[in-house]
Amino acid sequence: MTDTLLKTPFHDIHLAMGARMVEFAGWEMPVQFAGIVEEHNHTRTACSVFDVSHMGRLRIVGADAESFLNRICTRNLAGAEVSRSFYSHICREDGGILDDVIVSRFATHWGIICNASNRDKIVAWLHQHAQGLNLQIADETTATAMVACQGPKTLEIAKELTGDDLTTLKRYHFTVRDLGPLQIITYRSGYTGEDGLEVVLPAPLVSFLVPKLFGTKEQPQPVVKPAGLGARDTLRIEAAMPLYGHELSEEVDSLTAGLAWCVDLHKDFIGVEPMRRLNERGLPRKLVGLELDGRRIARQHSTVYGGGLAVGEVTSGTLSPTLGKSIAMAFVTAGSASDGTALEVEVSGKRVPTKVVKMPFYKRPR
Amino acid sequence: MKVPPDRRYAETHEWFLLDDTIVTMGISQYAADELTDITYVELPEVGTRVTVGDVIGEVESVKATSEIFTAVGGTVVAVNTALVDHPEVINEDAFEEGWMVKIKADVLDPLHALMTGKEYATFVRNIA
Repeated sequence: MTDTLLKTPFHDIHLAMGARMVEFAGWEMPVQFAGIVEEHNHTRTACSVFDVSHMGRLRIVGADAESFLNRICTRNLAGAEVSRSFYSHICREDGGILDDVIVSRFATHWGIICNASNRDKIVAWLHQHAQGLNLQIADETTATAMVACQGPKTLEIAKELTGDDLTTLKRYHFTVRDLGPLQIITYRSGYTGEDGLEVVLPAPLVSFLVPKLFGTKEQPQPVVKPAGLGARDTLRIEAAMPLYGHELSEEVDSLTAGLAWCVDLHKDFIGVEPMRRLNERGLPRKLVGLELDGRRIARQHSTVYGGGLAVGEVTSGTLSPTLGKSIAMAFVTAGSASDGTALEVEVSGKRVPTKVVKMPFYKRPR
Repeated sequence: MKVPPDRRYAETHEWFLLDDTIVTMGISQYAADELTDITYVELPEVGTRVTVGDVIGEVESVKATSEIFTAVGGTVVAVNTALVDHPEVINEDAFEEGWMVKIKADVLDPLHALMTGKEYATFVRNIA
C-alpha cells in the first residue's frame, strides 16, 4: 500500500484484526477479515461492523440550505422533519447521476453522506451552485468516523452496549447524542438488506468505541465481527441496492436506474426536465435482476443477449452466498425487461442461460 | 507464507510438481487467498492435448475470474473433479487437496525456467 492513500481512524485496528487491505476510491480499506462468504453469512445472522469512514460527510448550514438542497436533490426535501434522513440522487442538467447520497435534516443544519469516489466532485458541484446563497458547506469527512453495524442482532447489541433501546427509531430516522461540542449520530439504515445502524462519531472516539464493540483479545465479543468491502458488495447485490460506478453513473438517470421513488418530478431540481420527458415517453432500457444457470458469475460490462441479439449489459454480479445462485443486475432494453424473460449472458466467452427475476434477490425475514 | 520447496512456480501463480514425466499443477495459496472465496473452477477434460502457455482452465471467486496457464506441454491424464462441487477446497489447501490437473508431459524444458519455492516466496513478498 502506498503512503498516498487516505487512512480511516480504524486503520490500525483493521491491521491488528488481520484485515486484507486494498485501495478503494483513494482510501486504504479492508476488503476482508475472516473471508467474504463468512462475513456475509455472519451479517445475515448476527451483527457485522463495517468501517465506512471513507464515505463523504458534509454539513450544510444557512438560511438558504433547504431551498438549495431541494434544487440539488431529486428527492423532495421541503418541510422535512428534523431527525429524518432521505436517500436521494444529485444529477446533472441532463439527468445523469452525479452521486447517490443520504440527506439528513438536523435541527440546526443539514447533512449529506456521499460516496468516497464522488466526494471531490460533489463538494465542487455544491460550491458551484451555492454561489450568492446564504449557506456554508463544511467537509467533516476526516474529522469524523462512520461505522455500519448490520444484522438481525444489531439492535440487541446496541442496547447491551449503550442501554439505548433503538427499536422505536424508525428506518431512515436518526438520533443525536451531544457530548459537549461533539456529537454521535445514529441512523437506522444500511446497505446490506438487514436491519442495522449507521453511526457517525468524532474520529478520536474510535479507540474508545472499538473495545466496546469487539471486546478485547482476552474476551472477544462473540456476536459482533468485523466485515470488509467484499462482503458489503455481495450483501448489497443480494439486496439489489445500487452502487455508484455500477448501476449508477453520469450516463444513467434515476428513472432508468429503477429509482423513481427517490425522484419528485413535480418539483424543480437540476435534471428534472429530461427525466420528465423520459417519464412521458417511457424508458427505453431498464435495470433488471438476472438469475444465471450454473455457478459462473456475470461481471460488470458482460453482454446480455436476447434472441441472439445484444440487448444489454451487466452492472454487477455475484454468486449469492445466501441463495447459492449466480445473480446479477443489468440494464436491458425495455422489451427484454419483463419478469421471466429468457436471456443469455456472456461469461468467459460462453453464453450462459439466464432469466429476468424480481428484485431484491434477498429479503430479510421480518 | 508456506511455499512448498518441492515444485516450480510461474509468475501467474500456478505451481508444477514433477514426478517422473507426470506434472501435477494447481494455483498457489497466495493466489487462492488473493482471489478470496473460490466459487467455480473450470478444468480441461482428460485426454486434452495442451501446449506450453495454453489456458487450461479458470478459477472464479466473488471478486475475480482468473485463467490458469500451463507451463508444460503434453496430455491431460487426470483432473481433480472434486473441485467442481467443492471449489472452496482450493482456498483451504491450494498445494495439496486443491490440485487441478495432471499432465503427462512431453515438453518439460520450460519448467526449469520457472521460479523455485524460495524465489516464488520472494516474488510474492515483493508484490504484496
